[in-house]
Amino acid sequence: MKIFRLAVTAAALLLSLPATVQAQTTLRIGLAEDPDILDPTMARTYVGRIVFASFCDKLFDIDEKLNIVPQLALSHETSADGKEVTIKLRPGVKFHDGEPLDAEAAKYSIERHLTMQGSFRKPELASVDRVEMVDPLTIKLKLKAPFSPLIAQLTDRAGMMVSPKAAKEAGDKFGLRPVCAGPYKFVERVQQDRMVFEKFADYWNKDNVFIDRIVFLPIVDATVRLANLKSGGLDLIERVLATDIKDVRTDSRLKLSTAIELGYQGITLNIGKDKAKGPLSQSAKVRQALDLSLDREAINQVVFNGEFKPGNQWVNPDHPYYQKAFPLRGRDVAKAKALLKEAGVAPPVSVDLMVPKGAETEAVAQVVQSMAAESGFDMKIRVTEFATSLKQAEAGEYQAFMLAWSGRIDPDGNSYVFQKSDAPQNYSGWSNKEADKALDDGRLATDQAQRKAIYEKLAKIVLEEKPLLYIYHRRILIAHTTKLEGYKQMPDGLVRVVGLKLK
Amino acid sequence: MLNFLARRIVQLIPTLFFVSILIFSLQQLLPGDPALVMAGEERDPDVIAQIREQYRLDQPVPVQYVYWVKGVLSGDFGESIRNKVPVRELIAQKLPVTMQLASMAIVIAFLIGIPAGIISAVKKGTAWDYGANFFALWGISTPNFWLGIMLIFLFSIQLGWLPASGYVPLTENWRASIASTIMPAFVLGNAIAAILMRHTRSAMLQVLESDYVRTARAKGLLERSVILKHAMRNALTPVITLGALELGTLLSGAVLTEQIFSIPGFGKLIVDAVFNRDYAVVQGVVLTTATIYITLNLIADIAYVLVNPRLRA
Repeated sequence: MKIFRLAVTAAALLLSLPATVQAQTTLRIGLAEDPDILDPTMARTYVGRIVFASFCDKLFDIDEKLNIVPQLALSHETSADGKEVTIKLRPGVKFHDGEPLDAEAAKYSIERHLTMQGSFRKPELASVDRVEMVDPLTIKLKLKAPFSPLIAQLTDRAGMMVSPKAAKEAGDKFGLRPVCAGPYKFVERVQQDRMVFEKFADYWNKDNVFIDRIVFLPIVDATVRLANLKSGGLDLIERVLATDIKDVRTDSRLKLSTAIELGYQGITLNIGKDKAKGPLSQSAKVRQALDLSLDREAINQVVFNGEFKPGNQWVNPDHPYYQKAFPLRGRDVAKAKALLKEAGVAPPVSVDLMVPKGAETEAVAQVVQSMAAESGFDMKIRVTEFATSLKQAEAGEYQAFMLAWSGRIDPDGNSYVFQKSDAPQNYSGWSNKEADKALDDGRLATDQAQRKAIYEKLAKIVLEEKPLLYIYHRRILIAHTTKLEGYKQMPDGLVRVVGLKLK
Repeated sequence: MLNFLARRIVQLIPTLFFVSILIFSLQQLLPGDPALVMAGEERDPDVIAQIREQYRLDQPVPVQYVYWVKGVLSGDFGESIRNKVPVRELIAQKLPVTMQLASMAIVIAFLIGIPAGIISAVKKGTAWDYGANFFALWGISTPNFWLGIMLIFLFSIQLGWLPASGYVPLTENWRASIASTIMPAFVLGNAIAAILMRHTRSAMLQVLESDYVRTARAKGLLERSVILKHAMRNALTPVITLGALELGTLLSGAVLTEQIFSIPGFGKLIVDAVFNRDYAVVQGVVLTTATIYITLNLIADIAYVLVNPRLRA
């Protein structure tokens, strides 16, 4: 017993010794997943983009109102025929290895995105035919056809610049030690454990960088992530659960920063690939009836304490491209029943609803199921592991599929690949000539008013035909300690570290 | 003895070969397509085709297997599709973490389980016995994730004594390292302690009723030395074997516990790899785990032979 007591005392003593005092300020960020490779050309995850924002600047960035603002570029100009985009670069920018960012480096970076084996940026830059150097600080992108979402693409990974010297040396292993032109430079990464970055002394905007180091720690469990924030082990966490919002708000040492996401949460309805040829795939009226059965506000209240934003289009109601002519409509069970009758369908209409595993999506599915039941739908929820659900969606082995999209700045990124005939993510198998034309026209037009008018036509068709039911838009939930000053949440969900101070 | 050893080691080869085929074919049964997962949210068809080609996913399974075995035999386990890190490096990174956690857990299990078992056997039918039994039942039936979260709330949030999660390597700062692993080690050790306690108790009860213990008591030995010197030694042999087996299980990674405490060990590695369909990583980790398990078994066999020469035949 004596030995035991001694051991306990010794252990307590050891553990209570203070850690070495650090003069440096370190921002510790808790991530919901471990990111994939940190190479802007080969990266593909949302969580990876959060990390890139600290060390890999892009040609352009966005502000809170989704305006495109300069970052590594100073300006852009599109020729009258829309087939040439001239980009002026910011002078005096250096990469982390001291190499200059000039027209040659910019040309190299874009060409790397376009040609490298395994590049995920190819489809994003598909409209670019070639890159030309105009002068040491100006490049010109020659396009195959006008493509208005291009500049928006350059606000994300496709616009990230890498040091040509480092990239040539490292080849496809560049992501293990990335060299970019952002506020922080890469120090080390231990897979599934941490990623460490330190302040870059030659950053072009160094006067606005106040924190010495940033450490990203992937902590998968949301409860544990929050526990770490509360205990002081972390300074900022992403993807707080909607159910924890109250907890964060009542804690005086914590602050919640939010924005409505650019993406959407919805249900894809199988139209063209449904082997069973169920009523849902055969009749738009049946799909409209399902839509009318849903009370989106109630879903938001029940599952998310009213914190999210109900929606009915592929952009959220605050977005500049939201079509106000087609507002959110309330639930109408009587009309839904009438529509089913008109379609000549006798209830109950059985629907196989595939739901990727996850507490929140499963809860939404259950609410949808019970709401739809009142109009005469018999929805069978089939909870499926994510990778499997994708495979089945591709093969058309479902009737309704709950699928989310993280969203892009330009409305084209939220619509084209899902709605265009035979597009890669048109899981619905829906095909409509007028919609196809509107989607293509939207890419050609450069004027916002003109584009909005084109998308209004598209919205009319999509909302009538309903290949997808858009249900709600999540609120991006970032919690941080009140010691962190100057934090502003952008709608893309990323964490921007320039201007942040840690008391 | 040498003969015996040689025979056992030769037997290892077909076992590992069988394991490797098993891993490979079981993995093919997993629904879902690695290329589709790897293609990210955009899932562009050209990109998918390219991934298939690059990682030979377009080739027949037996061909893929041959490529893999060829690599493994030359020490190359392939690289992670997700982040291009060589699998060998990932294993080298995670194995020490899991080993540290497993050893701490097993020490905790022995420190709690054996004294509790002995006390409950010696004080059979008393409050001590019921208390120990209650503890065992609690230990076996408490889910790891629940106990883990409760410990975090108590020691990290309420008391602020320990870090809520994360891992510090032993080589970097051993104090912080122990602080970062003590809670997960306790969670793992607690469950095993309960099992050890039950076994120690029944083994002790059996031994305490044997003739030689009665003789020892009749000689007038102190009760303490009867229990500690005579009874316990014999009772512990099966318990130690059990502990060694539990250690083997711990070394294959404690999935839930590692997830909750964000300990970057084998468990977390393999779970992430399975969800991302990162086949090379799954194969490498399972093969390593199987090798460790088989080796531990071999060591146990050798130990038995050393103790009991009759097994050498």
